[in-house]
Amino acid sequence: MRRRTRPLAVLAVLGVAAPLAACATGEGGTPELTWYINPDAGGQATIAAACSDESGGAYRIVTELLPRDAASQREQLARRLAAKDSSIDLMSLDPVFIAEFAEAEFLAPVPDDVAEATTEDVVQGAIDGSTWKDELVAVPFWANTQLLWYRTSVAEAAGLDMSQPVSWEQIMEAASSQDKLLAVQGAKAESLTVWINALVEGGGGHVVENPEAPAEDIELGLESDAGREAAQIMGEIGTSGLGGPGLPSENESASLELFQGDDASFMVNWPFVWSSTQDAVESGALDQAVLDDIGWALYPQTVEGEDARPPYGGISLGVGAFGEHTELAYEAAECIVSPENQAAYFVTDGNPPASTEAYEDPEVQETFPMADLIRDSLEQAAPRPKTPFYNEVSTGLQQTWYPPSDVDPQTTPERSTDYITAVLRGERLL
Amino acid sequence: MSTTIPGSAKDVEIDDGTGEDRAAKAARSDRARAEARLGWMLAGPAFVVMLAVTLYPILQAVYDSLFNYKLTAPDERAFVGLSNYAVILTDAVWWRDLGVTMLITVITVAVELVLGFALALVMHRAIRRLRGLLRTAILVPYGIITVVSAFAWFYAFDITSGYVNNWFDWVPGISSDLNWFAQFGTSLFVIIASEVWKTTPFISLLLLAGLAQVPGDLEEAAKVDGATAWQRFTRVIVPNMKAAIMVAVLFRALDAFRIFDNVFIMTNGANNTEVLSLLAYRTSIGQLQIGMGSAISVLLFLCVVAICFVAIKLFKVDLAGARGEK
Repeated sequence: MRRRTRPLAVLAVLGVAAPLAACATGEGGTPELTWYINPDAGGQATIAAACSDESGGAYRIVTELLPRDAASQREQLARRLAAKDSSIDLMSLDPVFIAEFAEAEFLAPVPDDVAEATTEDVVQGAIDGSTWKDELVAVPFWANTQLLWYRTSVAEAAGLDMSQPVSWEQIMEAASSQDKLLAVQGAKAESLTVWINALVEGGGGHVVENPEAPAEDIELGLESDAGREAAQIMGEIGTSGLGGPGLPSENESASLELFQGDDASFMVNWPFVWSSTQDAVESGALDQAVLDDIGWALYPQTVEGEDARPPYGGISLGVGAFGEHTELAYEAAECIVSPENQAAYFVTDGNPPASTEAYEDPEVQETFPMADLIRDSLEQAAPRPKTPFYNEVSTGLQQTWYPPSDVDPQTTPERSTDYITAVLRGERLL
Repeated sequence: MSTTIPGSAKDVEIDDGTGEDRAAKAARSDRARAEARLGWMLAGPAFVVMLAVTLYPILQAVYDSLFNYKLTAPDERAFVGLSNYAVILTDAVWWRDLGVTMLITVITVAVELVLGFALALVMHRAIRRLRGLLRTAILVPYGIITVVSAFAWFYAFDITSGYVNNWFDWVPGISSDLNWFAQFGTSLFVIIASEVWKTTPFISLLLLAGLAQVPGDLEEAAKVDGATAWQRFTRVIVPNMKAAIMVAVLFRALDAFRIFDNVFIMTNGANNTEVLSLLAYRTSIGQLQIGMGSAISVLLFLCVVAICFVAIKLFKVDLAGARGEK
């Protein structure tokens, strides 16, 4: 009997040990830096290769792909970092979870010289987005903002002067007078939080009043004129049918599809829509006339006459706190975010630079006629709440401000405040 | 039914082929013991691995569920006893999700049982030449990864890119303006339809195994006695494969209760379509609330145990019977 069991035992040990051993491969020579990137059109991989070459053998950057949406990117990185994963040297971070990562000490401190070099001539929104408790914790890479895209024909027919900033009220009126649909993101997803935050900030309020406070002391600013104004706008778009039947499941790409269709009037969306629409025209899927009809302006105002606070997004580079080459990683980060790389990345992937210098690049100006507007919008943009509990706040908003047709200025701000506060105190499930 | 064969030196009684004399019995029980030992030896390593990958995580989850523990703030971990459970069980979200999960389980299992039976009968009765082809064709959906099939169904019904609204606009209520994923009922319909399409082959395979166990002579005898097809089905076939049916229902019910992929992909819980697995996922993985998430997982586990218990004790599902051991 004993004889018979031995091979089995060996097999069992092999079965358990072999996958573990596979993790422990290592090689000498050039240090390898692993950069966890968000999916793009290949621009980050190109930059990684260029910087590896430029380093003259000091390091070699390899890229690892993260999931497509920001929430899943955060999940993967947070789980790995909580287990002190030393394989994460560089990571492309969405600004909304930088506070959480910094608070959890997942990010290696930024050396002073790197901080100084990488914040020079950088749009303020991007610096704010990479800062936690007055300290730069990540390196600004590219910065994103939403613009108001419109069909010139519709705006003209409605008699709306698009050379001046317009308000939500005005574009709603214009769209309904022409019997057209507004393209906004009403799906129960992060894009809904982006919209709510921009509306509230545009009304002069904040979703979270004291984002640096501990969970149980966090105060929401939704029960305010700004919060009610935001709910008013969203509720009206939902109930009036201005968003169309697709609104409750409409994300950014669905918005673009609607905007390219026959019912299009106005759309709030990120600049990727420009390169996407151009590609669609080139491939013959879309008429040139549609592209020619598209205009762009600053994000609509929540309150007429008061500056809009457009959504802010983008990517900053974080350096993993548990990596073995943090110094090299910061060296690499500095190379990655050089204005030249940012400009090239904008041209190839459509992601706007954080560096103001990059906007002067002639190729950028040629490819993106709205580049200056994007830079202006970034200066005016408001980030989403910078709190370590961002996920709870954002998910809580999505639970209570959805579907848009159920949003009511009388009840929604209060209901969502009560709900999110209870969640933060650990008294409710999310 | 026993027969005596005369004419041999000693009359041997044959009891349906299972009767044997004492000496043989004693010898075989020795052999049976050896076989049992060998069985343990063969299954032992797998058993140990199973303990390591199931029992250990379950115990760990039970332990973690007693703490207020967030992955991004490991230093603030605090023992809170059963208060996580109190929060969950007094929260409307838990009960809503439990209700949705049970609704999906009951509807999918019922629909799949009927469809699965029909498919099993077709496979069973098909002429030999077609049988292989038929089985493969029926099994195709089961071979597709759930996430992939969920996306396929999602895009088919999606209001911007889907074709269902176009093809079926002659059906009252369906038009190009119908957003399937904007209301509870229509969302749930697509989720359940996708689930049924995907897992009916599984249930029909189990039922096919049961059908193969129904003695053909019983059916023939009933036919000779003038029983109609329906009578043969309800009086002969179904009673003879009760064990197989119950096992199929139990396995599918346990599976359906843990539904995740379809809901995650199609609605991500919007329009009150959240199920318990998704709640557990969002709490543990999304919010990194290990304590609260573990408590939800433990409760989910207890629900599954309860389903097993009810099935085995109350409905007397005989797992051994389905394998033809009796």
